[in-house]
Order: sequence, then C-alpha cells, then structure tokens
Amino acid sequence: MTQQISATTVFAQQISRWFGARGAVLEINLELKKGEVLGFLGPNGAGKTTTMRMLTGNLAPSAGSISICGIDLLDQPKAAKQLIGYLPENPPLYRELNVDEYLALAARLHRVAKSALKKAVEQAKQRCGLNEVGKQLIGSLSRGYQQRVGIAQAIIHNPEVVILDEPTVGLDPIQIRELRTLIRELGGAHSVILCTHILPEVESVCDRVVIMHHGKSVYSGSNEALREMREGHSLQLGLRNPPPPAQLQVAGVGAVEKVTDTLFNIQFTPGADPSEALVKAAAAQGWGLYQINRQRASLEDVFVQLTQHE
Amino acid sequence: MNVMIFTLAAKELKALFAAPLAWVVLAIVQLVLAWIFLSRLDTYLLLQPQLVQLAQPPGATEVVAAPLFGSAAVLLLMAVPLLSMRLIAEERHNQTMPLLLSAPLSMTDIVVGKFIGLMLFLAALIGLSALMALSLYTGTAPDLGLLAGNLLGLLLISACYAALGLYVSCLTSHPALAAVGALGALLGLWVINLAAGSPESLLHWFSLLKHFESFNRGLIDTADIAFLVLFTVTFLALAIRRLDADRLRG
Repeated sequence: MTQQISATTVFAQQISRWFGARGAVLEINLELKKGEVLGFLGPNGAGKTTTMRMLTGNLAPSAGSISICGIDLLDQPKAAKQLIGYLPENPPLYRELNVDEYLALAARLHRVAKSALKKAVEQAKQRCGLNEVGKQLIGSLSRGYQQRVGIAQAIIHNPEVVILDEPTVGLDPIQIRELRTLIRELGGAHSVILCTHILPEVESVCDRVVIMHHGKSVYSGSNEALREMREGHSLQLGLRNPPPPAQLQVAGVGAVEKVTDTLFNIQFTPGADPSEALVKAAAAQGWGLYQINRQRASLEDVFVQLTQHE
Repeated sequence: MNVMIFTLAAKELKALFAAPLAWVVLAIVQLVLAWIFLSRLDTYLLLQPQLVQLAQPPGATEVVAAPLFGSAAVLLLMAVPLLSMRLIAEERHNQTMPLLLSAPLSMTDIVVGKFIGLMLFLAALIGLSALMALSLYTGTAPDLGLLAGNLLGLLLISACYAALGLYVSCLTSHPALAAVGALGALLGLWVINLAAGSPESLLHWFSLLKHFESFNRGLIDTADIAFLVLFTVTFLALAIRRLDADRLRG
C-alpha cells in the first residue's frame, strides 16, 4: 500500500449515530494530528464509547464521514482499519490462549508480516511490561495484566492511531502511572485518542480535549485552556483563631462562606487573587493560618459550567 | 484466496481443540460409530452364508460401511450444533468481537474463516470414520467408489449443518441458545418430509438427509450436490448479512 500518510490522522466530520429514536452521538467533529494525544471526556452515557466504536469501524455512523490518514473508513474499511489500534472498554481477550499466542494472533489479524511477527510481539510485550507473563494463560492473569495485554494488542501492528477506551479501569495507582507514561510515549510517534471520565487523567497526558455531554461536543480545545477554566475563583482557608468574617474581606474578596468553625470558602473576583493579602493579614493578626488552597473545579463543575453556557 | 481467512480458520480450529467440548464430541461420535460398525460387521458375518447364495450378493461395503455413514450423517446432525454454537455467540458473549471487527477483515473473511475452521475439524472427524470403514481391507476388498461417494456426501451435508449452525450462532450471544436453535432447525429439516403425502412433494427437496441418500447408495447426483452447496452458501451469506446488520444497527 502506498497510501500517503497525511499529517491529519483522524478526521471525522459531523458524525451522528441514532439508536432508534435516541440520538447517542450528534454531529461530532474531530480532528487529530500526528503525534497528538486527544482526551475524550464525558460522564458515563455521554456517547464516548459509541463514538470510539464508530471511529474504529465497529459501528457504522448514521450520518457523517470518517477518514483515517486520508483513507475513508466507510469506502475502504480494510485499508483504514489497518492504521488503527483499538482497546475497547472490555479488552477483547481470548482467555484460553497464553499471552504470546494471543499477541501473535492479534498481529496476524492486523497483517503483520510473518518475518516481523516475533519482533512485533516482543516489542509490544516490552512496552507494556508483559515480559514475564508471556507463557501464562490470559484467563489466569490479574485484571491489571489483562488490561496491559489489551493495550499490547492495540499497538502491536504499530498503528498510526491508537484508540483507548477507559484504559485505566481496574489498574492500581502504580500501573495507572506507568500507563500514562506509556500513552505519552505513544503520543510521540502515533496519535492517541484517550477516552475517559476521569479529568486528571486527561490533564496529565493530553494535548487537546474534547468534552461530550448528551451526545454532543460541548468543549473542544487545548488542555491549557481547560486548565484555566478549571482554575476556580475560590480559596479554602483554614484558620485556628478565626476573626469575625467581616475582617476577611481584604481586597478582591467576594462572598465568605463558613464551612466549619475554622474553615472558610472565599470567593474572589477573577484576576484579583487575594491569597497573598490574606496570608499577610493572618500572620500580622495571629489568625493561626494552617491551610490555604486554591480550589479547582471538578469535572462536574466544568460540565455544569459548559452546559450552562449553551 | 485470502491469508486472513486461513489465519482465522487456524485460530478457530485451535480454539476448538483448546476446549474439552470438541474432544468429548469427537470421542462420543467415534464410540457410537464404532459400535454401529461392529454390530453391522457381526450381522454381515452371520448372514454371509445366505448372502452368497444370491445372484448378486451385496458386498461388505454395502452391508457394513453404507449404514455406518448413514448413521454418521444423523450423528453429525446432532453433534455439529454443539461445535458451531460458539463460533459467533461466544465471541459476543466474551466481548471479543471488537478484536475481529477492528482488524482489517471483512465480514466475509470472518464468516468464511470460521466456517473453514469448523469444516477442518469435521473433515478430521469424517476422516476417522473413513479409516474405520477402510479397516474392512483386513478381510475383503471394499468398494472404494461407494466409500468415496459416502465421504463426499458426508462432507457436503456436514457443511450444510455447519453453515446453518454458524448462521444461528450469529443471531444470539448465548452459545447454548445457538446450539438448541441450530439443532431444532436441523431436526426440523430432517423430518420436514414426513408429512409429505406424494413422493413428488416439494417437501422432500428440503429434507437435508434425503439429499444424502443417493450418496449413501454410491450415486453422485449433481442435483444433490447443487442443493447441498447452495444450502451452505445461502446460510453463509445470511450470516454475513446478519453481522453487517449488527454493525449498521448496533
């Protein structure tokens, strides 16, 4: 195949998917550049998985077009699928095979040449930390290792685009960290779409973010812009000897809300962070400051914020 | 014609042998066939003195091997649904379908690959029963033409069973349901002509085992071959359509 690999690896235009009368995905646009990691965020049931299934050719879109590296997924499914590696929500594992056999099968199904097969399996195992379990039956592996086998399966043919649907489910914190490193690594040479409902996951590895809600894309932009959006305009302040709330009204402070006897939530006007002034006042007047932190919006807050904008 | 089909067929064959079910089916079918073979052989030896007095006495192949293959056709009718049930239904049940659907394979590759995998297993099973019949060589010269006709018929009719079983397996995500469904359909197609009044009735055409009868007598009838091949192709095409509809309807 001498298909020209363009810089845009995934290009989806106005894709929609209806299940009967229910619109699971409505007019989503996506564009992914080579080497980029795109985070796909949304609460459960927002249509993320349906979108991923469409992008990988598992499900036909009701409307719209998808092309992978310039190859139309609907017109030339075989050529386009060759360029995709997909880890669905539930890793598609044959429990009766051992890891080596399974990865070899996955490689052959993705048309890895016989001569390159062994190397591809070794490399995928290396990258996913599966070297010690090559001879073990997949059914006997722990959930975390099974997840890694699922990822190895998705990258074994060195695809241009790797699509991971909730890859950190069932992993312990150390494994999650390893996986994030792996995703970052993959992002260098491949394009990655990471689908999740966990915001920090996206913030730590993604370049760009798309947020879905009720089948629609409610936000699409860079990770930095999202981060700024998350920087809320409130502080949490812990004081051992709190003054009357009125004294906390230094420059820029709006509403003061008492959480407990010693803990206050302080709203401030955007751009006028009163942290410094508050610390100075606390030191000068002996309020017994033991905690001050900027409160960041959670995913839910961001959703509320975004959906209210509509 | 397509490497991927054989990759998939090999995977399917391996999966069959990895599970105990296929071995048990293989063992039981062989055991029952061996029992029938021995009892027919006994009958033949008992009747042989009387048979030689006939003008054209039937040979050992006709008395021993033909009924053996006749029984094999019925046994396979019951055994194939147990083997075909997991082809698609189990992939769905274990949620492994996305591996095949996201790989550069067409639905045709998937269906034909799985079908060939199962057929390789059935060919091995039929081959073993052929060895049983060939053991007649130790006592007499068997009628090879009759044997070949029977084997061809057996292969063609088990292809029908496998194709129908594969189609039913596409309809559900419960392997057991696929087995019962396929068995029901095959039994229905076996007895469908019982109600037929006249021998000219169209119902005889739809009886699968009826099409095996000529092979069983050593006749190779192109009409029967055409029917069995067409039956197989039809159900494979239906299976492909069914999987495509899944992708479209979700």
